[in-house]
Amino acid sequence: MTSIANTQRRPLFFRRLGDRILAAFSYLSILIAVGGMGWILYTVLLNGAQALTPDILSSASKPYGEPGGGIANALLGTLLITAGATLLAVPPALAAGIYLAEYGKGNRAADLLRFCANVLMGLPSIIVGLFVYVLIVVPTGNFSGFAGTVALAIIMFPVIMRTTEDMMAMVPDTLRESALALGMTRMRTTLCIIARAAKNGLATGVLLSLARVSGETAPLLFTALFADTWPSGFFTEPTANIPVLITEYTTNSPFESMHALGWGAALVISVTILCINIATRCIFHEQKH
Amino acid sequence: MQQTDRCFRFACLACAALAGWLMLGVFVQLGAHSAAAWQRFGLGFLCSAEWDPAQGIFGAAPAIVGTLLTTLLALLFAIPLSFVAALFVTEAPDCLARPLSQAIDLLAAIPSVIYGMWGLFVLAPIMQDHVQPLLAAIPGSTRLLGEDDNGFGFLTAGLILSLMILPYMSAVMRDVFRMTPPMLREAAYGAGCTRWEATKDVVMRYGIRGILGGIFIGMGRALGETMAVLFVIGNMMQLPEGLFSGGTTIAATLANNFAESQGLEQSALFALGLILLLMSFGIQVAAQYYLHLTGAKRGEAR
Repeated sequence: MTSIANTQRRPLFFRRLGDRILAAFSYLSILIAVGGMGWILYTVLLNGAQALTPDILSSASKPYGEPGGGIANALLGTLLITAGATLLAVPPALAAGIYLAEYGKGNRAADLLRFCANVLMGLPSIIVGLFVYVLIVVPTGNFSGFAGTVALAIIMFPVIMRTTEDMMAMVPDTLRESALALGMTRMRTTLCIIARAAKNGLATGVLLSLARVSGETAPLLFTALFADTWPSGFFTEPTANIPVLITEYTTNSPFESMHALGWGAALVISVTILCINIATRCIFHEQKH
Repeated sequence: MQQTDRCFRFACLACAALAGWLMLGVFVQLGAHSAAAWQRFGLGFLCSAEWDPAQGIFGAAPAIVGTLLTTLLALLFAIPLSFVAALFVTEAPDCLARPLSQAIDLLAAIPSVIYGMWGLFVLAPIMQDHVQPLLAAIPGSTRLLGEDDNGFGFLTAGLILSLMILPYMSAVMRDVFRMTPPMLREAAYGAGCTRWEATKDVVMRYGIRGILGGIFIGMGRALGETMAVLFVIGNMMQLPEGLFSGGTTIAATLANNFAESQGLEQSALFALGLILLLMSFGIQVAAQYYLHLTGAKRGEAR
């Protein structure tokens, strides 16, 4: 209260000035946020469009220093790794979310697990890479695409778990009560009524987490590694993938042609991720109204 | 019937417990694998600045200081920006606010490796050609900035990080501002407050915990970010001499050295990982605490 009393003693001119400055600053901050995004996308589009040819999209990458080559093997590898991660993460994550939403109200264990999931969501992805290195790479004795899959699945798991919980908690309790009153078991109520009502929300959660992990690089550095070959031994050999290709070609190479390949790969991955994001948002937004 | 129900509940609990096991597993594994380094160097590992794989001497100080410095710089730029951006989005008319907040959310969707690439090919040259000569011309600034002028270093990394964490912080703050009861704000306007005064004295005080939670979320992001930093930090195992000098962070050190490391070096890298894990765990707990108090949702996965 004292501060409001104080401000009234200041001349109106200065108070208005402060207000104007804040307004100008807020325009500036929006400009930086949106302009920064525009700038990054513009750079990627410009350089990527120049580099991207049908030839690059259909041929495999070549060893360091050899001219030519493409990104097709890395594209296939990324597709395999993320698809595997989705298969691995979605079923348990959905079940975990169901537990938190349906059985976890006022339950100590559920509170603890929810907290764990929240913390896991914020853990640096490179730590997950270290963890999976110990978990998979050391026992099997080699880097593999599968290890990358596990790393991405671990990152996806808490995200899907928490969105599933939020989405299922949004379904009104009257639906639960009606289903139970008809004599359905908890399991059938949850799977046939609640999960169905929350269907779109669940799909949104899965798709957004998929978009998020498909660009993750750090956990793949020690798990999937990189290769110049087509992904032949998914469980036994290092597997080519787009994010690590971008890293390798831009940081460790002086060749313009490799930088161009990196930009092409960057364009492909950014466009894919942004499309998934925008499409999910649009679909979910329509469903809400 | 009862039986299947109980099985279903148990199966769901088992899946949910995975979150706990993962959390525990990360700590145990990193602790176990870094044991050799802790035994060899003790707590001196934290303050030694020497990193010499050839002689088997490892110290974590450059990486820790670098991590803290980049995070601090990122927060310095991102806190005011995300605060007023969130304010703008809550106050703007709906037709403007919705596309803008969607655009800011999309900023979070761009993969970090793209940020890194952009930093390497676009921001670093700009820093080298325009920003660094400008700042270096200020008398006495070399003590703060250091002598290097190649466009890489902590300042560039901090700028990219701030752009990366802005959407996360802004999303949390937006939620917090929206939760302020309109009546409070209207009362402030009724008492003759300008918009800035209403924000400062009413909205900010009401939502201070949520704002803190948002800041911690952004801090956690900045602390563990690997790729965006790796591209522009310079990757030198040395204590920072100034904002323009090259250095390293924990995450960047891991990304650079881990795949080829073995023996004691690998153990030292695991120890670095454990330090990063503890730091970000602490920050996450703080973030959860403040956000739990306000009941705000996290700025992720939206």
